Amino acid sequence: MTNQTDPTGDVRLTGIAKTYGAFTAVHPLDLTVPQGSFFALLGASGCGKTTTLRMIAGLEEPSAGTVSLGGQDVTALPPYKRPVNTVFQSYALFPHLDIFENVAFGLRRRGLRSVKKQVGEMLDLVQLGEQARKKPHQLSGGQQQRVAVARALINHPKVLLLDEPLGALDLKLRRQMQLELKRIQTEVGITFIHVTHDQEEAMTMADTVAVMNAGRVEQLGSPADLYENPNTTFVANFLGTSNFIEAEVDSRSGGEIVLKAGGGKLVLPEARCSAPATAGGKVLVGVRPEKISLTHADDAGEIPEGRNRITGKIADSSFIGVSTQYVVDSPVCADFEVYAQNIDRDPRLVPGAEVVLHWNPAHTFGLDAAQDADAGVEEAA
Amino acid sequence: MSTLTEAPPPLAPEAPEPKPPQRRGRWTPYWLLLPGILWLVVFFALPMIYQASTSVQTGSLEEGYKVTWHFATYWDALSAYWPQFVRSVLYAGTATILCLLLGYPLAYLIAFRAGRWRNLIMILVIAPFFTSFLIRTLAWKTILADGGPLVGALDTLHVLDVTDWLGWTAGDRVLATPLAVVCGLTYNFLPFMILPLYTSLERIDGRLHEAAGDLYARPWTTFRKVTFPLSMPGVVSGTLLTFIPAAGDYVNADLLGSTDTRMVGNVIQTQFLRVLDYPTAAALSFILMAAILLMVTLYIRRSGTEDLV
Repeated sequence: MTNQTDPTGDVRLTGIAKTYGAFTAVHPLDLTVPQGSFFALLGASGCGKTTTLRMIAGLEEPSAGTVSLGGQDVTALPPYKRPVNTVFQSYALFPHLDIFENVAFGLRRRGLRSVKKQVGEMLDLVQLGEQARKKPHQLSGGQQQRVAVARALINHPKVLLLDEPLGALDLKLRRQMQLELKRIQTEVGITFIHVTHDQEEAMTMADTVAVMNAGRVEQLGSPADLYENPNTTFVANFLGTSNFIEAEVDSRSGGEIVLKAGGGKLVLPEARCSAPATAGGKVLVGVRPEKISLTHADDAGEIPEGRNRITGKIADSSFIGVSTQYVVDSPVCADFEVYAQNIDRDPRLVPGAEVVLHWNPAHTFGLDAAQDADAGVEEAA
Repeated sequence: MSTLTEAPPPLAPEAPEPKPPQRRGRWTPYWLLLPGILWLVVFFALPMIYQASTSVQTGSLEEGYKVTWHFATYWDALSAYWPQFVRSVLYAGTATILCLLLGYPLAYLIAFRAGRWRNLIMILVIAPFFTSFLIRTLAWKTILADGGPLVGALDTLHVLDVTDWLGWTAGDRVLATPLAVVCGLTYNFLPFMILPLYTSLERIDGRLHEAAGDLYARPWTTFRKVTFPLSMPGVVSGTLLTFIPAAGDYVNADLLGSTDTRMVGNVIQTQFLRVLDYPTAAALSFILMAAILLMVTLYIRRSGTEDLV
C-alpha cells in the first residue's frame, strides 16, 4: 500500500484547455486530484470529460495549460514517457497476443526480462489466472475488462485513467465490476481518474466527483455533497431528480430565508442558497423527491409545524416495490415528483386525491433563478 | 414459499395450426452456385484434364499425339529447363520483396496518414490498370532505354558499376538485363501488394496504437509489436498475389529481358506456340503449378496467419 500522504501521485491541471478549430471542447480548467483518491469526471457525452482524460494520458495535446504529475510537468511528454496508464473504452486489448502477453506488454516495453511472477500475481488479482493463454476474443466482456485493468495496473502507474471502462457491460456485471474496481483501488492505493456518464456509477465508486457540462466543471465535491447541495440546476438534474419552485424572496433572518411561492411560504436555510437572495429577488427552490412526505388533504392538520408545505393533486402514481413514485400537480410547480417509501401506505393516495406535500426546510436548496430549471434533464436520461 | 398462479390466457378465436415453414428456398443456394460451377468446369477443370493428358502423350505434329503414359517428359523438361525455373523463383521472389518494401510504407500512409488525400492516392495506385499491361511494360522499355536519362544518371552515379558487378546489369545497359525484368515485374504487380496491405492495415483499430503508446511502446516498437503483426494477413495475401502471377509471367522477361533472362513462362510459351511441343509445354506447366503450390503451402504454414483474428 502506498503512503496516502505521498504527494508523488497528485495530478494537477493548470488552465488546461482544448479547442478544435472554432469548437472549444474543454474550457480552461484547473483541477487537482490528490494522490490515492478515486476521482470521477461525470458528464454527458461531448462534455469534454474524455478529452480531459486523454490530455492527462498524453493522447491529446492541450491547446493551453499544463499537466503535472506529482510536481513534474509532463505536458510536453509523449504518452509512452508518462507514468500513467489507461483502461480504454472497449478495452483495446491486442487481439494477436494472448492474455499473458497483453498484461506483460508494459513490463516488456520497459525492458523487464522475467515477468512471469508479476503477470501471474496480477492475473490472480483480477481472477483470471486460468485464462492466461487464451486470446482476448475468447473471453467474455467482463473478463476482457479485467484484463484491461490488469494490463494497466501491473505497471504501477502513478495514476490510472479509466475511460468509461464499464460502458460495454450489462447492468448486473457493471454493478459487480464497480465494487471490484473500488476494491482494487483500495488495495493498491493508486490514484484513479474515472470518466463516466453514469451518475450512479460515479457516486458509488468515487471519493470526489467533478460534474462536467459543455467543457466546464460545473461543480466538484463528494457524491453526498453534490447530491444534497447542487450549485446549478444542471447538477441538480444530472445527479438524480429535483423539483424546482420559482419563489420570491420575502425576508431573511437568523440564517433563514423566507420565500413566497403561490400564496404559501417556504423556508430555506441561508447556507444552502447558492444564489444572491435579496428581498424581492427570485430564487429557484429545489427539493429532492425522496425528502418529501405526502399527506392526504383531510389530515393536513396533523402535519407538524415548521415544515415547508405545498398543496396539490396526485396526477399519477407508480408502484415500484420499495417505493411508490407520485407525480403531483401543484399550482407552484407542475409535475412535482415525490418518492414515498412503502412503509405505511395510505389507500387514499390515488390519482385525483388532494394532498399536501411537506418537508423539512433543512432539505431545501436555493439556486439562481436565471438558469434553465430543466438543464441536464435530457442528458441524465 | 409462494404459490404459483397462472395468468388467464387471453381470449382468442380458434387459431388455425401454424403451418410448418415452407422449405421452398432449400435449392436456392445451389441455383446460385450453378453459373460459377459451370464456369469452373468448362474453363478450369476440363482444360486441366486435357493438359494433364497432353503432358503424358508422345508423337509428333505430323503423325498426331497419343496418350502413352510417358511420364519421362516431366523429368526431361525439368532437367532441360531447371535454370529457367530457378530464375523464375528468383526474379518473382525479388520482385515480391521489392513490392513489399515499396508497398508497405505507401499502404501505411494511405491507411493512417493520408487524411483527405486517401481517395486520391488510392486512385493513383489503381490508375495504371486503366492502360493495358502490354503498354505499361513497353513504357518501361522507354524508361530504361540505352543512353536514356535514367540509365545515364545511374551510370554517372556509378550505380551501374555496382549492379554490373552483382550481375544484375550488363555494361552500361539496363535493358535486356535481370534488373530490367525485376523492375517490370515489381511495377506491374505493385498494386496487388498495396491493396491487400491497405485493407488489413485500415482494419486495425486506432486505439490499439494509443494503447501501445500508453503502455510505454515508442512509435517504432508499436509498429513492430502491434501494427506489423496485425497486418500479417495483408502481407501474406499481398505476397501471394504478387509472387504467384510473377513466377508464371513471361511478358516482362520477353519485352524487357534477353535470352539470358528467360523465365519458365517464356519457355512454356515457346514450347506451346513456336516449337509446338505440346507434351513438354504441358508438363512444364504442371511442374510450375506444383512448385508454386508447394511453396505457398509452406509459406502459409510458416507465417501462421490462420491464427490471426
